[in-house]
Amino acid sequence: MSLSSVVIVGAGQAGFQVAASLRQGGFTGRISLINNEPGLPYQRPPLSKAYLLGKITASNLAFRPEAFFDQQQIELLQDDAIAIDRQNQHVVLASGKSLQYDHLVLATGAHNRPLSVPGDDLQGVFGIKTLADADALAPRVKDARNVVVIGSGFIGLEFAAVAAALGASVHVVDLGDRPMARAVSSEMAAVFRQTHESWGVQFHFHQGVTRLIGENGQITAIETTDGKVLPAELLVYGIGVIPNITIANEAGLAIENGIKVDANLLTSDPHISAIGDVACFPCIQNEGEHTRIESVPNAMEQARTVASRLLGNASPFNALPWFWTDQGNLKLQIAGLSSGYDNTVILGSEATQQFSVLCFRKGQLVAVESCNRPGDHLAGKKILSRPPELTSAEASAPDFDLKTWELAHRP
Amino acid sequence: MPTITLIEHNGTQHSIVGEVGQSVMQAAMNAMIPGIQGDCGGACSCATCHAYVDEAWVKSVPPAEECESDMLEFASARQDNSRLTCQLVIHDDMDGIVLHLPESQY
Ligand SMILES: Cc1cc2nc3c(=O)[nH]c(=O)nc-3n(C[C@H](O)[C@H](O)[C@H](O)COP(=O)(O)OP(=O)(O)OC[C@H]3O[C@@H](n4cnc5c(N)ncnc54)[C@H](O)[C@@H]3O)c2cc1C
Ligand code: FES
Repeated sequence: MSLSSVVIVGAGQAGFQVAASLRQGGFTGRISLINNEPGLPYQRPPLSKAYLLGKITASNLAFRPEAFFDQQQIELLQDDAIAIDRQNQHVVLASGKSLQYDHLVLATGAHNRPLSVPGDDLQGVFGIKTLADADALAPRVKDARNVVVIGSGFIGLEFAAVAAALGASVHVVDLGDRPMARAVSSEMAAVFRQTHESWGVQFHFHQGVTRLIGENGQITAIETTDGKVLPAELLVYGIGVIPNITIANEAGLAIENGIKVDANLLTSDPHISAIGDVACFPCIQNEGEHTRIESVPNAMEQARTVASRLLGNASPFNALPWFWTDQGNLKLQIAGLSSGYDNTVILGSEATQQFSVLCFRKGQLVAVESCNRPGDHLAGKKILSRPPELTSAEASAPDFDLKTWELAHRP
Repeated sequence: MPTITLIEHNGTQHSIVGEVGQSVMQAAMNAMIPGIQGDCGGACSCATCHAYVDEAWVKSVPPAEECESDMLEFASARQDNSRLTCQLVIHDDMDGIVLHLPESQY
């Protein structure tokens, strides 16, 4: 069965990469990339960091210049996919067009979970997902004196760091007991908390928001669940995302916290794959449980896995998950998934903000979190990708060094 | 616009044109050069944009900043002339520069 047409829905990190990897791998058939955002496909990570600080321009966010799409014969359609006709293998677009596919890749990403509290329609309330969001937010953050951030995940904290650096007084409100609670160990969270506090950021944990208060349609303050009123001319929320499953669901594909795929990233229809933020896949690093991962490396590796399969080299997806976040002078890189860890070993010095937390689960190393220690991150990735296993007893030795250990145990 | 020559590990040469202000990584990606991955999009977080600056050109590029040298410290097959190409911003003096690509980015 030779493939002559691939349609990709969503031109974000994952969708774009499938198109690029297919061409790089020599695919000569038709590639249609459906983009429902204006402009060229672009990367999101700088939107909550360097882009807001003006350190990087919009043209540098684009994955590739316009000419690339012509040269590579990647048909970039500014359109919205509204339905999948699985029987006839067609995707229906909002413009009325219909595209035939031999294989369809769903890379529709996710949208921000809405705040859903009274007053959420006031001006000055932002989520950060798209370039348009960041463009609307950028001019306001420069002048804002009082900023409230709802949610202390990666994006909320990245934004808090930017707002604090630009001179605002910043309050962060979170239902949990520590920052980035879903993603990092309590040791790492504690250092991030202290460092943000040293920049003037004030945290309000175990707190939700009950309403937003405004004047003339513009936000002026928020009220927390314990009745505190915090002044805010600007509010940014980052309280998680919801996968964009509508068209997959309406087409009857299996859904489970996203579009459910198998180890090869195929949906319940063998002519349709799903990748990136929207895909829920069996994750070997999470004891085989179906897992959805929101990160650039995950999107890129899943895209490459699907492109290889479409080029005739199928292999299951098993890339090690990894993440990064940049907040002020803190660069955090995480290799592996720390969920369910029961023991940690700390390398380096928390006081100098150069340290790594090794997370173990049932005696097995499951994640390496590195703060301003990129060497440990790269060593950690290698150690987590192959045997032999590092034990917590070895790692607890007084002058243990991760990089040295990795070099000594290379196969 | 400066010309950059990238030589793959297997000897294949590519001459590409870069724009001043752009990174070498971005120029290489735009030209679909195999062997440069750029997974983090230039955030100095992944080390999959590693290349060796040809000895004749080492002095024409500014030294690595801390983040880059820390990352390189543990990159695969690191050499003294190793650089992360996302941190190499193209300028006019780099016209004609030659970079060699490693066998693998992992
Ligand atoms: C502000 C911000 C900062 C981030 N920082 C980091 C970071 O530092 N490190 C990191 O690893 N990750 C980071 N991420 C996460 C990372 O950007 C995502 O994991 C990644 O973009 C996922 O790629 P994707 O292609 O699955 O989804 P997306 O990049 O979101 O792309 C999906 C695209 O599909 C489009 N689409 C949806 N439905 C349709 C339809 N029916 N028809 C047509 N198009 C459709 C969407 O509009 C969107 O353009 C960040 C994300 C944000 C928002
Ligand atoms: S592109 Fe990731 S470090 Fe250069």
